[in-house]
Amino acid sequence: MKPITLTRAVQTTLLTVFAFLLTVFILGPLVWLAIRAFATTRTYPNLLPDGWTLHWWDVVFNDSSMQSAIINSLVISPVVVVASAIICLPAAYAFSRFTFFGRKTFLVVLFAVNSFPKMGLFAAMASMFYALNLMGTFIGVVIVQILGTVIFMTWIPAAAFSSVAPSLEEAARDAGASRFRVFFSVTLRLAMPGILVAMVMSFLAAFDEAQGTYLVGAPTFFTMPTAMYSMVQNYPPQVSAVFSILLSIPSVLLMLAARKHILGGQLAEGFQIR
Amino acid sequence: MTQSLGLDIRGLNKTLSGRTIIDNLDLQVEPHELVSLLGPSGCGKTTTLRMVAGFMAPDRGTISVYGNDVTALGPEKRPSAMVFQNYALWPHMTVAKNVGFPLKLRGLSKRQVDERVEAVLALVNLMHHKNSRPSRISGGEQQRVALARALVQEPSLLLLDEPLSNLDAKLRVKVREDIRDIQQRLGITTILVTHDQEEALSMSDRIAVMNAGKIEQFSTPGELYANPKTEFVASFIGSLNRYEGSWIDGALVTGSSIIGIRPEHVNFTVESAPQARPATVEKVVPRGHFAEVYLRREDATLRSFMTGEIPPVGTAGFAGVSQVMSFKDGSRVA
Repeated sequence: MKPITLTRAVQTTLLTVFAFLLTVFILGPLVWLAIRAFATTRTYPNLLPDGWTLHWWDVVFNDSSMQSAIINSLVISPVVVVASAIICLPAAYAFSRFTFFGRKTFLVVLFAVNSFPKMGLFAAMASMFYALNLMGTFIGVVIVQILGTVIFMTWIPAAAFSSVAPSLEEAARDAGASRFRVFFSVTLRLAMPGILVAMVMSFLAAFDEAQGTYLVGAPTFFTMPTAMYSMVQNYPPQVSAVFSILLSIPSVLLMLAARKHILGGQLAEGFQIR
Repeated sequence: MTQSLGLDIRGLNKTLSGRTIIDNLDLQVEPHELVSLLGPSGCGKTTTLRMVAGFMAPDRGTISVYGNDVTALGPEKRPSAMVFQNYALWPHMTVAKNVGFPLKLRGLSKRQVDERVEAVLALVNLMHHKNSRPSRISGGEQQRVALARALVQEPSLLLLDEPLSNLDAKLRVKVREDIRDIQQRLGITTILVTHDQEEALSMSDRIAVMNAGKIEQFSTPGELYANPKTEFVASFIGSLNRYEGSWIDGALVTGSSIIGIRPEHVNFTVESAPQARPATVEKVVPRGHFAEVYLRREDATLRSFMTGEIPPVGTAGFAGVSQVMSFKDGSRVA
């Protein structure tokens, strides 16, 4: 009996150490960031700062360019999600319900675009945008952000539509519902959890998008991530810390709201080729 | 036309990816009748039902319900209601919402919907599950919800697609009596698709036995059993001893034609009897209230159904046959 107990003790100790290290690795930078946002200055090698202040929050909230970046982000991201849904959901439905030539290729290409180095894609887009006078416009920024959401808005809802049994739709038609009514009362309703997850992922993708937004939007439109570029260069690091915290709030809130569906496998379910 | 038929199918054809599924099928069902489409899987019975329901368009042929040609109509415009094999209850709606949905679509007021939903739920004995979700109730109860959802539409034609196949054996017997009872009380013309001969025999007024996209025979259960017109029907309904040859003077003579003997037409006696030949009991398979007994004779081994005292294996005696069916090219000749 004894060796087993010993092994178990060693196991427990190792696991505890590992868990602790992992926690420090994941939470450490966040804690550091949080402390930084309220710190005056810090003298090496002290762990804690020399003093506490809300001054940096004041700086962020009173800087007009940052205010407009926050507003831009909060306006553009929802617009991107809605526009992406309007474009992609019908496509997702088609991918799930119909078999047509090149269906799988299409799905894989959507994925490939996402793994392609984005900057190359954006550079090519930029030349097109100049020709179409979309550079520095609201629509231009929205379009460039939609790109990053397409993968979420097609794959996840397509899987969600597929999980609705065709007999449920047939039963509704048999009961007297038109195709249109069947879609809204049965199909869309049952695919909603998947679509919500897709919307959350799309919102986060749009909200965090910096490269394309900078290329197309600057200097007219700054969103929160692109505003950070200039901030890192022009302000003390504490301001960046404040801004990072602000930037992460929507992500955290949305993740918490949708965690049931994300943990429930809608996300994993979405990324399967079938 | 004197009186319109409940369901009138004429010249129905369907080919799917080059394979003929339904081959020039005709079926006339009287009003208030329960007719089963019975056959092995792949015989086209479900395809026929789906065309009657409107989920699939025939390549050729017409489908009329009470004299109205519905061939070109979508399922939502047809006067038929279907009970699906897997019930197809909407998981996001309660039992009452599921049953009320067809009425809501017809624009009835909330009060009218509630009244009729309650009436039909009472009919299928499910009032206590009114506000339950389909996932919270048993298979048998789900089946009754599906039936209620069809009945509430007061259809001219009720379509049942293997309605009992997902229930356990005991429940199946009860539910099939319930369905038959409700069908007769309401007098709804009903089409039942099944591969289970017992289900078809016990529930139907008439049975259409299907094979390879065609109706082999369309008769009452008793007639199908006593007078099968084809070898397929004879072997599909009930049990059959099947031999290649002819039956001459109470014995099998090997040949090219086919004969069939029902096990209940085989008699075993210890004493000699007219037309009987010496036989020994080779194998006994207990089947509950009867036993399947294999009798070895010189010319053939006959399978017999026996009740009461079952002779043990090895018993010597005489086996005779009281009735023999003969078939040529699949059709009955005698």
